[in-house]
Amino acid sequence: MSNKKVLYDSSRCKGCHYCFYYCPKNAISKSGHTNESGYETIVINDDECIACGICYTMCPDYALTVIRDKN
Amino acid sequence: MNKKSNDSVIMKGNEALAEAAIRAGCRFYSGYPITPQTEVLEYLSWRMPEVGGEFIQTEDELAGINMIYGASAAGERVLTSSAGPGFSLLQEGISYLVAADLPAVIIDVARLGSGLGDIFQSQSDYELATKGNGHGDTMVITLTPASVQETVEFVYLAYELSEKYRHPVLILSDAAIGQMMEGVTFPELSEHDINKYDWSVKGRKKGSEPRKITNVSYFCEGGYYGYEAIYADKIKKIAENEQRWESINVEDAEIVTVAYGISSRICKEATELARESGLKLGLIRLKTATPFPVKAFDEISKDCKALLLVEMSISAQLKSDVVVASKGKLPIYAYLSSVDVPESEKVVEIANKIILDEAKEELVYEP
Amino acid sequence: MNLKAPEFMMNGKTSFCPGCGHGIIGRTLFENAVEMGYEEKLITVVDVACCSLFMYSTDCDFVGAAHGRVLPTAIGVKRSRKDNLVVAYHGDGAAYSIGMAHTMWSAIRNENITVIVVNNQVFGMTGGQMAPTTLNGQKTTSTPLGRDINLSGSPFDVTKVLKSFDIAYLARGSVDSPAEISKTKKYIANGIKNQMEGKGFSLIEVLSPCPTNWNVTPLDAIKHMNETVKNVFALGEFIKDGVVL
Repeated sequence: MSNKKVLYDSSRCKGCHYCFYYCPKNAISKSGHTNESGYETIVINDDECIACGICYTMCPDYALTVIRDKN
Repeated sequence: MNKKSNDSVIMKGNEALAEAAIRAGCRFYSGYPITPQTEVLEYLSWRMPEVGGEFIQTEDELAGINMIYGASAAGERVLTSSAGPGFSLLQEGISYLVAADLPAVIIDVARLGSGLGDIFQSQSDYELATKGNGHGDTMVITLTPASVQETVEFVYLAYELSEKYRHPVLILSDAAIGQMMEGVTFPELSEHDINKYDWSVKGRKKGSEPRKITNVSYFCEGGYYGYEAIYADKIKKIAENEQRWESINVEDAEIVTVAYGISSRICKEATELARESGLKLGLIRLKTATPFPVKAFDEISKDCKALLLVEMSISAQLKSDVVVASKGKLPIYAYLSSVDVPESEKVVEIANKIILDEAKEELVYEP
Repeated sequence: MNLKAPEFMMNGKTSFCPGCGHGIIGRTLFENAVEMGYEEKLITVVDVACCSLFMYSTDCDFVGAAHGRVLPTAIGVKRSRKDNLVVAYHGDGAAYSIGMAHTMWSAIRNENITVIVVNNQVFGMTGGQMAPTTLNGQKTTSTPLGRDINLSGSPFDVTKVLKSFDIAYLARGSVDSPAEISKTKKYIANGIKNQMEGKGFSLIEVLSPCPTNWNVTPLDAIKHMNETVKNVFALGEFIKDGVVL
């Protein structure tokens, strides 16, 4: 059972970093790596994440899924 | 119009056309007033609500043609109509209908001249109706009725062909046919099922394939090449299967007239007149202008000396099609009557001059 | 419930530029359609410009309209299928420039459709030319010295015009922040509700970033919207249930 709160599909990411900019807990950081399309991806710190959904709301590319189902 | 189908009624061409559309199951009309087609719009303004259809007088012709684009995408049987300057404005939308594989029936009641020209009868839209119809490789099916009764029949045919090929069909009428009153009979009223075709948009059921009506070539499977192949195949099929014409006395004619619409009725009369005076005159009457009935020209007599175009325009607009259809073998003359309906006596007179090689002024093509 | 974009949006990837607002605006529309129970009734009519890109990545029924003819096309669909949810989705170039007559007349007739206009102050698809909404002094590829109001007029504000029309709903949202996105989603939901209740014409304009044609990074585009664009185009609801607020 994973303790992940946000699933990140890095292949969809275009590196706009809106999620990074608006994350209220600074749980998102730039990875320094690029995906196969050449965009800089992000890293999510699950310890800081509160699953508020702001990153999902800001993401134009549907790269983020916030896990709220208990199972 | 509460008459039963078998009763003949006297009706104006434009109104008969509108009634025919209703009876053929058209339940969506959008258009803009312009003489000499306005009776189509006026008639449908009260008739369409009677049968539960949609009538919209739009802000311009662009809205008219694009509303039928949307309604056709939704599966409806649709109509818009215009004339002259308004027909120019429909061109963009016709091109989009072709690209999106949408059936639609469009009416051009041709009027005189370029620019505003005038409201009088003319056949000066032939080139635009057959070789224009918007940017790109656009070609529509163009039907050319010569009477009020034929107008009614062609409305039915137009819906049949437009749905068979998922392609717009144009009926090229003119002020004379549109404004004249004649006896006409109508087929029974029929209803069209908006869900008849799977390709129309309906809202996607979960788990099923989405429907996408698009006018961009690259959306097609195989990209532009894929689209090109599909379109080329469709145009080829239409050209092969949908040529329509009426031939009169072409088997032994010395001169064959070529005409459509109101002019072709005059030519019909002229063939009879000529025969009485001993001149063998024939007629090829176009029922479809696109595809052009090239097959009709195979039936022409070997003794034929020349072809005579009879058109109500200033330039010989039929010329290029007829040169191709006759393989450039025969000299072509033209009787161009512009705003006046051509006279049958004059047709015979010019035909006689051609025989005597005295019709230099009317000569428009030499092999 | 997981927070996840609707399944039918996920089969393909959008081909919008990085940081483009279209992805967010489209998602709020499609989320609303699902949440309000209209997923299977939705027919979206899109313009040929950037918004048409949704057609390739989204599995729902679409009609692609000619440039600027989105409203007549959508009206054709809606009047033929009155039970469906028909959404006209286009940019400010289509709605306020080439298609202005249709925007006005759809509103005058109070056509029962939901209209979304994406206002990013440029013609995006053709490479960033001046749009009706381009700000005074804003440099674009067709106003290299900045928009000159003596030459091109002032930026067009649809709310000032449509407020005098008898329409059901008029609002302007923005996608520059999570809070504004939530409000925008509600505005679009109101527009959908109005249509399904037969109340008539709803127009929701949405301010959106175009980092590519503004020549800035996505994050700088968001900042520009907050610092400048929102001062020119006021946000909020302007007409609700036919009443001017």
